[in-house]
Amino acid sequence: MIIAVASGKGGTGKTTIATSLALSLALNGSLPILFLDCDVEAPNAHIFLKPELAKKNSVDILIPSVLESKCTLCARCSEVCQFNAIAVLGKKVVVFPQLCHGCGSCMLVCPEHAIEELANNIGVIECGLTAEGILFVRGMLNEGEPMPVPIIRRLKKLISPQKNQIIIIDTSPGASCPVVATVQDADFLILVTEPTPFGLHDLRAAVEISRAMQIPAGVVINRENGDSLELEGYCHHENLPVLMRVPYARKIAEGIARGQPLINIISDYQNQFISLFNQIVAALQLKNE
Amino acid sequence: MKQLVILSGKGGTGKTSICAAFAHLALVGRKPLKIVLVDADVDAANLELVLEIEKQESEKFAGGAVAQCNDDLCTRCGTCVLVCRYEAILTTDDGQITINPFACEGCAACVYQCPTSALSMHQDIVGTSFFSTSNLGPLFHAELRPGQENSGKLVTLIKQKARLYAMDHDYSFILVDGPPGIGCPVISAAALSDLALVVTEPTMAGIHDFQRVVKTITHFHIPIIAVINKFDLFPQGVGKILKLCQELSIKVVGKIPFDSTITEAMRVGKPVTSYQPTSPSSSAIKEVWQKIMKQIGAIEDG
Repeated sequence: MIIAVASGKGGTGKTTIATSLALSLALNGSLPILFLDCDVEAPNAHIFLKPELAKKNSVDILIPSVLESKCTLCARCSEVCQFNAIAVLGKKVVVFPQLCHGCGSCMLVCPEHAIEELANNIGVIECGLTAEGILFVRGMLNEGEPMPVPIIRRLKKLISPQKNQIIIIDTSPGASCPVVATVQDADFLILVTEPTPFGLHDLRAAVEISRAMQIPAGVVINRENGDSLELEGYCHHENLPVLMRVPYARKIAEGIARGQPLINIISDYQNQFISLFNQIVAALQLKNE
Repeated sequence: MKQLVILSGKGGTGKTSICAAFAHLALVGRKPLKIVLVDADVDAANLELVLEIEKQESEKFAGGAVAQCNDDLCTRCGTCVLVCRYEAILTTDDGQITINPFACEGCAACVYQCPTSALSMHQDIVGTSFFSTSNLGPLFHAELRPGQENSGKLVTLIKQKARLYAMDHDYSFILVDGPPGIGCPVISAAALSDLALVVTEPTMAGIHDFQRVVKTITHFHIPIIAVINKFDLFPQGVGKILKLCQELSIKVVGKIPFDSTITEAMRVGKPVTSYQPTSPSSSAIKEVWQKIMKQIGAIEDG
């Protein structure tokens, strides 16, 4: 089962919820848990899960390299490139690695077979085990590189469809391509929001993604302060179950600032996360019937 | 023309609240400054929620194209499936082609390799860019339809429009509210900036992402200053940020307390400096703004 935790707005508590859900399940049962940190621009789940990172793999995309001896400057490569990543400038073909999506189209169309592909490193994937036995994997985009999606795709490839594995995915904020690449194939989306105008505005975008991709979703209201009326109304109207609530409390904010998982700040939460998980299981069973 | 971009790495550190407060302070200062505002967080555009805006112009934004297959021309040869590196083209049991638009990268490699020209690219309207007037100055903003690509391109577009407007109407300052993260929309938001203000928070996650966004901006040779929001949450974290900034020669221009008036101001749809001008956070933001004005002035002189 694949559960992705998303939000729209940044800083609503995605990582807080995702990591404590993983920890609660790991401490409670015997099912193997895989945690993927797909927020490759700003990955933070390792702070709370404290895995022993053992293995590091570089993530490369293939970018073209032109053999000048064979090139006739016909410019077919730049004609087919949809991203303006290759161009004929004077008597030379120039490649812009940061614009290249690594699709290979230029290499395929070159009539002279003058294009080879070279690996261009854009990030890393690291994995390890946590003390609780969670298999933890995270991706990291190199600073200065613009494209997170190839790393996310590589992370998602690590998922093998095993029946009894629970996969929890931490997602980047926003609602564009990295989020879509991350939540694809998820069975359920946990949308973490806060009862503020910004939180509600951005939740709507996240809900639209879940609808467009036909992934069932539920909401976790974080930093609740007796002011969720509008948010609750929206959830009710959209038929989104409110799966859990976390109050606005300085104690929690301070604990999270120090890098403590929510279930270690207030131990009572472990049961709430198990109940959150059970609600998801029930919702998915209902859907499959 | 000067441009300040507000970034953070981690989401939810207070970029938009601080940006709105700056816009307010620029207007009410002793020497009012004419500012053009840009909301470059097109996935989650929230700046307008704390301004009183009136939309003046809107323009549809066409995003990257995705491949489509004409079944009448398709011979089910499977070339496209082999060519596609994004696993966006799938075949049904009887060999028919289906394209997953969410996985399609828009590279058109399949289009150029299809022997029967059954594939073609189709561009969709994926968003809208807006020009609005507001109580705190002109605002260039946009909405990207959820799940779309090309947010970097849309960010560049609204920034170009803002620059043109500023030149035409004699504005000398562009204030850009940036997106979280470090990827393509962040790089587009930071481009052409004279100064980047990184809003960080003394949390383990905030500090981790602060280092990543600083490295990213440094890559593009933009000078950086920092402000620590919610500074009283975790004193050791503040120490860490100050030490990091010292090592990297980044000036810390202020510390803003963890103060509920920022959230309250958001709820009533106002910048915190106009909602509660004397609250601890408002006073701290005022100080930060004055320091930024000095720094920007220094850039002009140099």
